[in-house]
Amino acid sequence: MARSATTKRKVINTTAAWIVGLLIFFPILWTILTSFKTEAQAIADPPIFLNFDWTLENYGVVMERSNYMRFLWNSIIIAGGSTILGIIIAVPAAWSMAFVPSKRTKDILLWMLSTKMLPAVGVLYPIYLLFIKLGLLDTRLGLTIVLMLINLPIIVWMLYTYFKEIPGEILEAARMDGASLREEVFYILTPMAIPGIASTLLLNVILAWNEAFWTLNLTAAKAAPLTAFIASYSSPEGLFYAKLSAASTMAIAPILILGWFSQKQLVSGLTFGAVK
Amino acid sequence: MATQHSRSAARLMMAPAVVLLLGWMLVPLTMTLFFSFKKYLPLRGDSLANGLDWVGFENYVRFVTSSSFWPSIYATLVIVGGVLAITVTLGVLLAILLNQPMWGQGIVRILVIAPFFVMPTVSALVWKNMFMDPVNGLLAHLWKAFGAAPVEWLSQASLPSLILIVSWQWLPFATLILLTAIQSLDSEQLEASEMDGAQPLSRFFYIILPHLGRAITIVILIQTIFLLAIFAEIFVTTGGAFGTKTLSYLIFQRVLESQNVGLGSAGGVYAIILANIVAIFLMRIVGKNLDA
Amino acid sequence: MGQIQLNQVTKSFGDVQVIPPLDLTIEDGEFTVFVGPSGCGKSTLLRLIAGLEDITSGHIAIDGKDATDVPPAKRGLAMVFQSYALYPHMSVRKNIAFPMRMAGVPEDEQKRRIEAAAKALNLTDYLDRRPGQLSGGQRQRVAIGRAIVREPAAFLFDEPLSNLDAALRVGMRLEISELHKRLATTMIYVTHDQVEAMTMADKIVVLRAGNIEQVGSPLELYHEPRNTFVAGFIGSPKMNLFDGAEAQKHGATTIGIRPEHIDVSKTEGTWKGRVGVAEHLGSDTFIHVHDTGLVDMVTVRITGDIAARHGDEIYLSPQLDKLHKFDAEGLAIR
Repeated sequence: MARSATTKRKVINTTAAWIVGLLIFFPILWTILTSFKTEAQAIADPPIFLNFDWTLENYGVVMERSNYMRFLWNSIIIAGGSTILGIIIAVPAAWSMAFVPSKRTKDILLWMLSTKMLPAVGVLYPIYLLFIKLGLLDTRLGLTIVLMLINLPIIVWMLYTYFKEIPGEILEAARMDGASLREEVFYILTPMAIPGIASTLLLNVILAWNEAFWTLNLTAAKAAPLTAFIASYSSPEGLFYAKLSAASTMAIAPILILGWFSQKQLVSGLTFGAVK
Repeated sequence: MATQHSRSAARLMMAPAVVLLLGWMLVPLTMTLFFSFKKYLPLRGDSLANGLDWVGFENYVRFVTSSSFWPSIYATLVIVGGVLAITVTLGVLLAILLNQPMWGQGIVRILVIAPFFVMPTVSALVWKNMFMDPVNGLLAHLWKAFGAAPVEWLSQASLPSLILIVSWQWLPFATLILLTAIQSLDSEQLEASEMDGAQPLSRFFYIILPHLGRAITIVILIQTIFLLAIFAEIFVTTGGAFGTKTLSYLIFQRVLESQNVGLGSAGGVYAIILANIVAIFLMRIVGKNLDA
Repeated sequence: MGQIQLNQVTKSFGDVQVIPPLDLTIEDGEFTVFVGPSGCGKSTLLRLIAGLEDITSGHIAIDGKDATDVPPAKRGLAMVFQSYALYPHMSVRKNIAFPMRMAGVPEDEQKRRIEAAAKALNLTDYLDRRPGQLSGGQRQRVAIGRAIVREPAAFLFDEPLSNLDAALRVGMRLEISELHKRLATTMIYVTHDQVEAMTMADKIVVLRAGNIEQVGSPLELYHEPRNTFVAGFIGSPKMNLFDGAEAQKHGATTIGIRPEHIDVSKTEGTWKGRVGVAEHLGSDTFIHVHDTGLVDMVTVRITGDIAARHGDEIYLSPQLDKLHKFDAEGLAIR
């Protein structure tokens, strides 16, 4: 808005917004703080806010005891793999829809989105069964494929929106300049779409990282990513708040950082472009 | 921009995505539909290899007549409705607040959005243990500080607790989308209404809210689809106990815990139909946007 | 070399035929302009020649060789687009080099041609900038540079000046004309602006609804329009056309007289009317005359300045030897 507010109003706005913001952020902040406490301090009554003995002990314990690195590695492989695989499949499809539209393009696009609406629980057993048959249960490959498939509509959609913004004349110019289809995609389209591809990548890594239906139901010990690792803390075994917090902080930290970079793309990506 | 050559290339390039998604949709869907008409209890020796008994619509009837069905519908509706009401109302207010001129807007935005990036299992666990635990939870301390008896949140007030957790996760989504929508409001429109003598409250009801109408609809539809499917939050906190068994969770239990695949599949078909009804409305809005 | 021949070419989008069967030959080295109102199919025709659209039936030959099924990259034609279509992620140098890179021209030859083109187009200082840092006119020049270095059989221009402001347009018009004189390569130029067509073309092709209305040199079209459409389209201000009794007097269904071929008098003349708006351009004056009993408004062009006030009575006399006559089909009677 192109209007200047009075300083008094600005102070009020700022105060209100910061209070609300901190309130919403508080559970995360509290988790991070608790991760640096000893178990005794973590459940102290009354709670200790800041003046406790900061310690990194919990992080050490978590990493040692629960093989945290393996879960982390699984998460990285699954989230990264499914996203890259998805983009490789989606780039050509989005290219087709954006630059060679036909009467059916819109229907195909909407149909793709509609597959995203399929409730996972409705197809849980068939997938479970197929995974056993194909030897994919509790494998990183299996989970990578499933997460790729559930995010493929969003990837196609986002890329399509970005490609749409590239004027068709530029691709035609490349064609007139003697570029083959492959050269056209490789030298012109892809470099121009890099920002769009990057934000698609980011958003989908986040979605895949946090996915918590298939990752919980299709893995056991071997391929379980961080979602499952955290879920294993749900059965309480004595004093564990500080360790839970440390584990949680490690699980969410990378994605919080990525998320802050991708907030702009989040909106158009998650609303299928219906809100810009 | 279309020659025969590029058109056939386009079809070829679209094929992998289309074929994969078609397979992903049709194969399991067909299997679910197939199982839903069969008696299929793997633990009692039923298996695909030996052939399954055809039971007609028995699974469908049993699923809706079971004593858990109506409670699950109730839990689903309360959770979805509660979360929608909270996130949309607070989302609108927050979006308006965040759109005001202030210091440190970027940081506040980040603080507000953060919960969306927390994985569901983490947020469920953190809330369950560190906030809602009746002995050591922060809320228990708060209650005690005011001299009240701590509440056993997840058993005594299980549904409101779940609604709180899920709302916390989804409020950023609603806020972010509504904020984007508000920012697209032409400030001249607001200035014009101000010149026309509209007070802040009437500006909100006559200009801002109608402008947000579409965005609110989209938030409701998208959230509904995701909320109908929430899983990890229940799995981690109550495991479906204390009246928090939603339709999806009930189906999950039928299929994986009690291994009654036929019955669970019938439930799955119900869930698919339900999600599709919501999806149709969403698709219509998205489709209209595609034409523009 | 760059002779282009279209033989019974048609184009349909679905059931809609936008180009009915069309024959046209563009001679080597000719500057040909396709002109017509928007939606007349001129851009489609250019894109058919470029190969960016498939023709529905017929044949296209470039230098006598059939090019109907040759992809755009292989036709040896260069195109300058309305939006310039520069590659935003490449520097000016890389933009210009791109077609040569695709064709596998050796590095030092690329360099030589880029330098030459940059010099000719005044781009030497901008070679390392990105298109986003250039003005509209400079971008236009880069697009032309990219076309030149390929040494194509023919240049295709798709309304290249429509995104420039008026002053720049005049300058670029001259530059392109000069380029044509220097290179003597075939150029096909699409525009809806008949002034561009008149000033630049060796040959103008007037199109309406996919049909060729007339082909000829600018002055042929000006002096001998084949029908009422061409008569009304070519020339600015427009030719005055009237039907009815006045036309029948001359043995025609419609007669036309250009604004500059009407003499004006305060006291006597063929037609009497009342001055509406007078537009004073300094060198010329356009007077819009109403109430002549012929048509709503007759436009008259007078060299120099003339004192004509709104509402004045005025007498108009057409120069009879400059009168255009058309029959019931709208075709010129010669």
